[in-house]
Amino acid sequence: MRVGVFICHCGNNIAGTVDVARVAEETRKIPGVVYATDYMYTCSEPGQDEIKETIKREGLNRVVVAACSPRMHELTFRRTVEKAGLNRYFFEMANIREHISWVGENKEANTNKAIEAVRMAVMKVMQDKALFSSSFKVNKRVLVIGGGVAGMQAALDCADGGLETVIVEKSPSVGGMMARLDKTFPTIDCSICILGPKMVDVAQHDLITLHAYSEIEDIKGYVGNYQVKVRKKATYVDWSKCTGCGECMTKCPGKNAYDHFNFGVAPTKAINIPFPQAIPKKAKIDPQFCRQFLKGKCGVCAKVCPTKAINYEMQDEIVTEDVGAIVVASGYGLIDQGLLPEYGGGRYPDVITGIQYERILNASGPTSGHIERPSDHTEPKTIVFVSCAGSRDKSVGIPYCSNFCCMYIAKQAILTKDHIPDSQSYVFYMDIRSTGKGYDEFTRRAQEEYGARYVRGRVSRIFPKGKKMVVRGADTLLGTQVEIEADLVVLATAVTASPGAAQLAEKLHISYDTDGFYVESHPKLRPVETNTAGVYLAGAAQGPKDIPASVGQGSAAAAKVLSLLSKEMLESDPAVARVNTNACVGCLKCVKTCPFQAIKEEELRGGKTVASVIETVCAGCGVCTSTCPCGAIQLQHFTDNQLLAEVNALCQM
Amino acid sequence: MEGTAGPYDASVRVVMKALGAKLTDPPDWSCCGSTPAHAVDHTFAAALAARNLTIVEKMGCPTLTTPCPSCLSAFKKAHRRMARNKVFAQEVNSLLDAPYNCTVTAKSILQVIYEDMGLDEVARPVTTEIPDLKVAPYYGCILNRPPEVAGFDDPENPISMDRVLEAVGVKVVDFAFKVECCGAAFGVPKKETVTFLTAKVLEMALDAGANCIAVACPLCQQNLDLRQAQVNSGRGSTFDIPVLYFSQIMGLAYGYSPQELGIDKCIVRPERLIRSRAPIAQAPEERKTAEKKAAQGE
Amino acid sequence: MDTINLTSSIDNGFIEQVRKESGEEPRACYQCGNCTAGCPYTPFFDYPVSQIMRLIQAGQRETVLNSRSIWLCATCETCTTRCPCQIDVAHIVDTCRNIAFREGRHREKEIKTFYESFLASVKKHGRLYEMGTLMRYNLISGHPFTDADLGPKVMAKGLIHLFPRNIKGKAEVARIYERYAKMRKNHGR
Repeated sequence: MRVGVFICHCGNNIAGTVDVARVAEETRKIPGVVYATDYMYTCSEPGQDEIKETIKREGLNRVVVAACSPRMHELTFRRTVEKAGLNRYFFEMANIREHISWVGENKEANTNKAIEAVRMAVMKVMQDKALFSSSFKVNKRVLVIGGGVAGMQAALDCADGGLETVIVEKSPSVGGMMARLDKTFPTIDCSICILGPKMVDVAQHDLITLHAYSEIEDIKGYVGNYQVKVRKKATYVDWSKCTGCGECMTKCPGKNAYDHFNFGVAPTKAINIPFPQAIPKKAKIDPQFCRQFLKGKCGVCAKVCPTKAINYEMQDEIVTEDVGAIVVASGYGLIDQGLLPEYGGGRYPDVITGIQYERILNASGPTSGHIERPSDHTEPKTIVFVSCAGSRDKSVGIPYCSNFCCMYIAKQAILTKDHIPDSQSYVFYMDIRSTGKGYDEFTRRAQEEYGARYVRGRVSRIFPKGKKMVVRGADTLLGTQVEIEADLVVLATAVTASPGAAQLAEKLHISYDTDGFYVESHPKLRPVETNTAGVYLAGAAQGPKDIPASVGQGSAAAAKVLSLLSKEMLESDPAVARVNTNACVGCLKCVKTCPFQAIKEEELRGGKTVASVIETVCAGCGVCTSTCPCGAIQLQHFTDNQLLAEVNALCQM
Repeated sequence: MEGTAGPYDASVRVVMKALGAKLTDPPDWSCCGSTPAHAVDHTFAAALAARNLTIVEKMGCPTLTTPCPSCLSAFKKAHRRMARNKVFAQEVNSLLDAPYNCTVTAKSILQVIYEDMGLDEVARPVTTEIPDLKVAPYYGCILNRPPEVAGFDDPENPISMDRVLEAVGVKVVDFAFKVECCGAAFGVPKKETVTFLTAKVLEMALDAGANCIAVACPLCQQNLDLRQAQVNSGRGSTFDIPVLYFSQIMGLAYGYSPQELGIDKCIVRPERLIRSRAPIAQAPEERKTAEKKAAQGE
Repeated sequence: MDTINLTSSIDNGFIEQVRKESGEEPRACYQCGNCTAGCPYTPFFDYPVSQIMRLIQAGQRETVLNSRSIWLCATCETCTTRCPCQIDVAHIVDTCRNIAFREGRHREKEIKTFYESFLASVKKHGRLYEMGTLMRYNLISGHPFTDADLGPKVMAKGLIHLFPRNIKGKAEVARIYERYAKMRKNHGR
C-alpha cells in the first residue's frame, strides 16, 4: 500500500484557517502513507501535473487530495490519477474547505479537524477497490414534455440535429401560454404570428411526433434507455378523420363549457377547437359540459360532422415511446384570485387577471379584440393595473418575483391606449423590473409616450361603488393614500409551478423546490440540467421567465441532448449497488425500498431467489445497503467496510 | 357589559337562553383595559385582561365568551403572548394576585353561535318574520383580524353574521365595508375621525341597498347609532339608519319584544322597519322547550 | 425637510428598542405602502404609517415619538392583516406609543387624557364608570362640553349609570396598577 496525500492551500481559502503544513506532517505518520505534501492550488494544471509526476516517481497506488468539496473537483482528480495509470476509484477527497476552513475561525481546532478528515480519507482509500465502467447503448430519440415555446424550440433543435423527437402536450393544441398572448414585449410583435410558424414546423417536421391532449403516464428506465408510457386522452373525436372545419362547434347547443384557452373570459361550446390557429386543428369534447354525456340526449355534433369523426365511445389510449433523453418544458401556472380576498377574491366580474385581459385585447379572442367590461360589455375609460398581485408576498406563500409582469403591464397599458385613445391607465407598482434588452426603455415609453400613470405603492383593497370599482392604494412617493374609481381592474397574478408539476417530477425522479419549480443541477453553471442523468429542463418549469429566456433554454437543453446522444455508447457509473448472491437470502426488502426501482427479483439456476441490481438505473443512493439485513447488497465504493474504515479512523484518534 | 353596552348584554342573554345555552358570568369580573391599556403598556394590559382569565380558570371553565371584540382581542392577545413567551408570562403574572396558567380559550359570542351551535340550531327557535328589514352585516375591524389572533371566519369577507341572520330569515345585502373601521375609541377625544369614518360605513350601507346595519361590537353600535346625529351635523348629511346588534335581530325573529332586547334604547328609531313583523306558522312551543331546557341547567 | 445626516442621526438604540419591545423586525419592511393604502386614519396622520416604518428603519427617534400618527392609530389591524411581509405593523405603532407614553410625550393631548381618564376610572372602580370618565376628561382636556349633546339622549334611555358600580375586587385591580408602576421604576422602562 503506497498512499500519497496532497493537501491543498486553495490560496488563502484553506490555508487561512488551517495549518496545512502541519496536516501534511501528521499525515506522514500514518502507516501506509509514503508521501504527503501541501500545495498551493492542486486543481490547477501544474497541480495536476505534480500529482501525476509524484505517482510515477514515488510509485503510489492510492491518492488522497485534501481540498474543496468533491462536488467541485472529484471528477477532475479522478481523471488525473487515471492518466497516471491508476484506476480512478483508487482516489479519495477529504473536504477540508466547505466542511472545515469555511466553517470555523479557530485555526487550532480547524487543523485538528483537518488531520482527522485526512486520516479518514486515507483509511478509506486503502479499502477502495478498483471499479470499471461498462458501456451501454443509447436510444437516439428524445422526449419533450410540453409544447409551449420552450418545448417546441427544444424539439425543433433536436429534430434539426437529426434526432427523432416526441412531444407530449397536455392541452389539445401546442403553443402554451405564448399562444394566448396578443402582443409580445418589447417589440409589440403579434404573438401568434411569430409563434405560428414554429407550431407548423413542429407539426410538419419529419422527425417530430406530436401527441397532443396527452400526458405522461409512467417513466421507467435510465439515461439513454427510457420507456415512457403516454396516455392519449379521449377527445371523443377521431382526429384522423376530423378536418377542423368547426361545424360541430357552431351547432353545439352546450354553451356553458369553461374555456380553458381563454381562462374563462367567456364560455365556450362543449365541443370546441381551442383557437383558430390551433395545431392540431381538431375538435374535442369536454364531457362535463356535454349534454350527450350528462343526459344521454343530443348527438348534434355527430349528426353534422361531414366526416363522421365523432365517437362518444372513445377511450383513453396508452402508447409507449422509447427514448434516450427527456426535456421537461412543462411551463407554469397562475394563482387563483381566490387567494386575494382583499381584491374581491374573484367575486367581482370587472376585476380580472392579466392573462384574461390579454385574451380580451386579442383580435381572435372572445371579444374580437374589443376591450369591454365583463359586467356590462361597455368600454372602460379608466383602467387600473395592479402589479404584484400575490408575488413578493410572504403572507400568500409566494415570496418570489414572477419575472415578467412589470413588462406585460407596460405592454397592456400601451395597447389599451392604442385601442381606446381617450382612456387613462394607472399602474400601481412597488418596483419596475425591466432588465432585458430594450426593456427599461419600453416601460419608460408606456409612461412618457402613452401617458400611463405609474403610482408607486401597493393596493390594499378593491371594492365596488355603483358601477365602478374603487381601488384603494398608496402613493408612497407622495406619502398618501390614493383612491381611483376604475371601470376595469387588471391584476398581475403571481406565477406558480404548473398544475401537476409535483406529480410529473416524481415520475421523472427529479427535484422541485419549495415553490414547486424544478431544480437545476447548478444555479449558475448548469441551468438546464437536473441531477437525474438524461433529464433536462427548459422554460418556466425551472422558474418564471420570459419568452427569450425560455427559447434560450429550449435550445440549450437541445444542445445537451444532442451532445449526450452523439455517442453510440454511454459509460455507466460503476459506483452502484451489487448483490453478493451467496449472502443474499432473497428477502427482497431492497427491492421494496429502492426509490428508483433499480432492483429486481431474480431466480438463480438451482431455484434460489435473489435480488439483482439493474446497474444503469441504480443512482447510488445506498438505501438498499442500509436496508439489507445480511449485508449482501453493497453500494460499491461505499461499502460497509469502506465506511467503517472511516468511522474507525475517526473514533480511534 | 354595562352602561352604553347594556342592550348588547341584554339581547345576547335572551338569545342564548332561547338557544338553550347557559351563560355563567365570571364573578366580580373587571375591565379588560381595552384600547387605553394596550396604548400604555402591553404587560400592564395583559395583566388587566388576565385577571379575568384567572377567574375563569378558577371556575374550571375552558372557554370564555364575550360579545365585545375589544375584550376578545385583549383576552386572546394576553393568552397568546403569555403562552408563547415565558418571560412575558412571568412579567404579567408578577402583576397579578394569582397567576394565569394559559388554559382558557376566548371566543366571541358570534363564534359560539355560528360554530358551536350551528345554523340549524339558530333557525330552530324562529317564530317571526321581519319582512321590511334589509340588513348590512357590519363586523367591525377587530372581530376577525388579524387572522392569526382571531382564528375565526375570513378577515376580508367574513360571512358568519351573514349566515346567522339569513338563518333567522332576515334579508342580508352584499356589503363591501364589513371590516372597515368606524373610528373605534376616538368618539370622545377625536370626534372628527369617528364622523369621517362612520359616515363612510353608513353611506356604503345605503349604496348596498340596506335600511339597517347589524353590528357585533358595542363601540361600533355607539359610533353608528348614538353618534349618527353627530355624523349628520359634522358632515351635513341626513342619515337615518337604525343600527341593531345581530343578537337583537335574532331575538326579534325568535318573537321577543323590543323592550326585552334593549331595542327601546336605540337612538335612531327602528320602529318603521320592525313594526311589520308577523308570526310564521307555528313554533312557539319550540321557544318554550328551549327555555325549559335552559332553566333545567343544560 | 432638512438634510438628514444618516451617519450621525440614525439612532440604532431606538431601532433596537422597537425591535425588542415589539418582537417585530423593522428590516423586513420593503416599503410597499400597503399599510398606508389600507389605513383608514391616513387622512389624520401627519406621517402615513409606511413612513413611520421608514422613520423607524432610519432610526429617527424624535420624529417618530413626537408624531401625531402614533397617537391617532386605532389599532384597527388593517395594516397587520394585509402586510405582505407579515409584519405586525399595528403592534409596532402601539409599541412606539407605549414608549411615548412612558417618556411623558403628549403630542395628542386629548387622546392621552382620554386614555388616562379611562384607566383612572378602572383603577378606582374595577370597571369603567363612563360618566366619571367623561367628566374627568372634560375637566382636564379643557373641552368641558364634549359629548354634551349626547348627555340627554343616554340619560333618557338609561344607558348610562349616574353612579359608579364598584366591584368587590377593585383593590386587586388597583394592585395591578401599583405593581406595574413599581415594575417601571425598577426596570427604568
